[in-house]
Amino acid sequence: MSWTRKILRVNLTNGTVQDEPLNMEWANDYLGQRGLATRYLVDEIDPKCDALGPDNKLIMTTGPLTGTIASTGGRYSVVCKSPLTGAVACSNSGGFFGAEMKFAGWDMVIFEGKSASPVYLHIENDVARLMPADDLWGQSVWAADHALRQKHQDPQVRIACVGRSAEQGCLYAAIVNDLHRAAGRSGVGTVMASKNLKAVVVRGTEGMGNVADPSQFMQTVKAGKKVLAENAVTGQGLPAYGTQVLMNVINEVGALPTRNMRDIQFEGANEVGGEAMHEPRKSDGKPNLTTNGACYACTIACGRISTIDRTHFSVKDKPEYWINSGGLEYEAAWALGPDTGVDDIDALTYANFLCNEDGMDPISFGSTVAAAMELFEEGVITTEHTGGMELKFGSAEALCWAAEVTAKGEGFGVDLGLGSKRLCEKYGRPELSMTVKGQEFPAYDPRGIQGMGLAYATSNRGACHLRGYTVASEILGIPEKTDPLESGGKAGLVKAFQDATAAVDSAGLCIFTTFAWTMDDIAPQVDAACEGDWSTERMMEVGERIWNLERDFNQKAGISGAEDTLPTRLLKEGAGSGPAQGRVSDLDQMLPEYYQLRGYGADGSMTDETRQKWSLPA
Amino acid sequence: MKITFKLYATLQDLLPAGAVRNAVDIEVPESVTLNQIIDQHKVPRELAHLVLVNGIFHCAEDRDAPGMLKENDVLAIWPPVAGG
Repeated sequence: MSWTRKILRVNLTNGTVQDEPLNMEWANDYLGQRGLATRYLVDEIDPKCDALGPDNKLIMTTGPLTGTIASTGGRYSVVCKSPLTGAVACSNSGGFFGAEMKFAGWDMVIFEGKSASPVYLHIENDVARLMPADDLWGQSVWAADHALRQKHQDPQVRIACVGRSAEQGCLYAAIVNDLHRAAGRSGVGTVMASKNLKAVVVRGTEGMGNVADPSQFMQTVKAGKKVLAENAVTGQGLPAYGTQVLMNVINEVGALPTRNMRDIQFEGANEVGGEAMHEPRKSDGKPNLTTNGACYACTIACGRISTIDRTHFSVKDKPEYWINSGGLEYEAAWALGPDTGVDDIDALTYANFLCNEDGMDPISFGSTVAAAMELFEEGVITTEHTGGMELKFGSAEALCWAAEVTAKGEGFGVDLGLGSKRLCEKYGRPELSMTVKGQEFPAYDPRGIQGMGLAYATSNRGACHLRGYTVASEILGIPEKTDPLESGGKAGLVKAFQDATAAVDSAGLCIFTTFAWTMDDIAPQVDAACEGDWSTERMMEVGERIWNLERDFNQKAGISGAEDTLPTRLLKEGAGSGPAQGRVSDLDQMLPEYYQLRGYGADGSMTDETRQKWSLPA
Repeated sequence: MKITFKLYATLQDLLPAGAVRNAVDIEVPESVTLNQIIDQHKVPRELAHLVLVNGIFHCAEDRDAPGMLKENDVLAIWPPVAGG
């Protein structure tokens, strides 16, 4: 039983905190983290509620392996209804915060209601208190983190916090923990700020004494770590180059969305990719990348710790940014770089620092800037709107300025905080928004990687690569190579990735382990840690149940199969270059088979039969 | 004939002199196979994981067959990598 079996329920309206036992019947069906918290959310909120109203709830949740010595066992997720999409939000983060929650004795913290004034939650083992945060409101994540550490005088506290963007209503605000790890997508930070909750400070000293079969667990964990160490991706590639190694790969195969997805290859890709981060710069001879870094218990260490060139225009007069901090990961680098047409790695790193400092999802931010740049080039947005800034594709100055004004919610930054969908609607050009269900695309063009079109269209949280990463198979050959330009067979591939990912996300592990691990490596670790029998087959069943639970929530929220689609650009405008030249997404050829495999109606609706099969709540 | 040869990630140190941003133009005979180029540049075959000609993947069986390249093609190779 690697669950602590304890939930902390925090009512922000009444200012109360109380503990309650974890629903173990649900834990048996949904494992933990993503699945289990979604089960609570489904039970406790009206899917049609206002995501930014007091009736929405925000759940910080761990998996049974969070806090253990299993490699990457430090993940936690934030689950709520998303203000960006209206769908279920589940954003996963690494760092050290999740493990600390577990060490303090909690599987989950459920926040409900809304505080009358700003507060933060302080947890020290079984003592949890709501504290005033009036002095922290209006501060960045980094400033608030510093102030909280000064106040509590404990260097080992772990802090998750929202920044000024969330306070100002930016709809893709993140919750940042450990300064530069984030529950990034779908606006979970916006929900947290809407409750007047600034931060959660946690310190746990109880450790993990609740593994079901410690001896077996040690053996399975050791075997798993050996697989990761001996695998070329998780043992060598990711530590050395991070996820940014993909920049040149995806550009070469002709699937790198460029300039708001007008183009599919970026001439400046090699200026902003993983290899470029290793190159010494002219000013001081140092590379952008200082070192790699690992989250709690991780033996891969893909994280990037970087500096910005001190002579760069963005920071030359700002020594507070002459620091080592969280560097570019692939998805962020893509959104800030190729999608805006900017090939200046220091500008990208600066914008990325600001996304961490004030808690913005860099994918949604970069994609929204890209949409704004296209609107500017079309003459729809002008310098009158921007206060004089020429918001042109390729302008590093415009990118850095956009990050500054959006982080603080100033001027045109308020419009940029709307996200791509609402921005394009506001300016009368909705077709220029590269979103699904209101959420911005990540870094793979579905015209060049056909399976990803289906994965984006059907993702339960809007456009997202982390709900079914068929790139692994279609491009990277993991577990086996499939043709990225072929749409046949992709329905089954997408479903398999979606189900497996839901299970991994519910265990407390990082999805990057699956570049080396199969479910046959993961299930034995869960089985040894948890009571009951957790076979590979059961894990896949749990994953499929979770997928359908999320889908059912969205349907009840009013999101129908009609929204399982892609922007017209990707369905009608052929790719301009590369292997996919002339191709569009073949979504219409994949979707019917996908619905059939899922047991949905021809219109994508959840059937009673499927609902009963997975014992979903009515 | 001239082709552009690219090596990335942990293979980039194996590029011949004169390479810029992971790419260099090289002369190869028209009958060359992909594996002959891979061997000539001392790229361990087990690390030649993603072998792309003009962005299109070539599997292990293709790599010993002549005629896979023509003038001005781009051959790009990665070891096993992933991200996301």
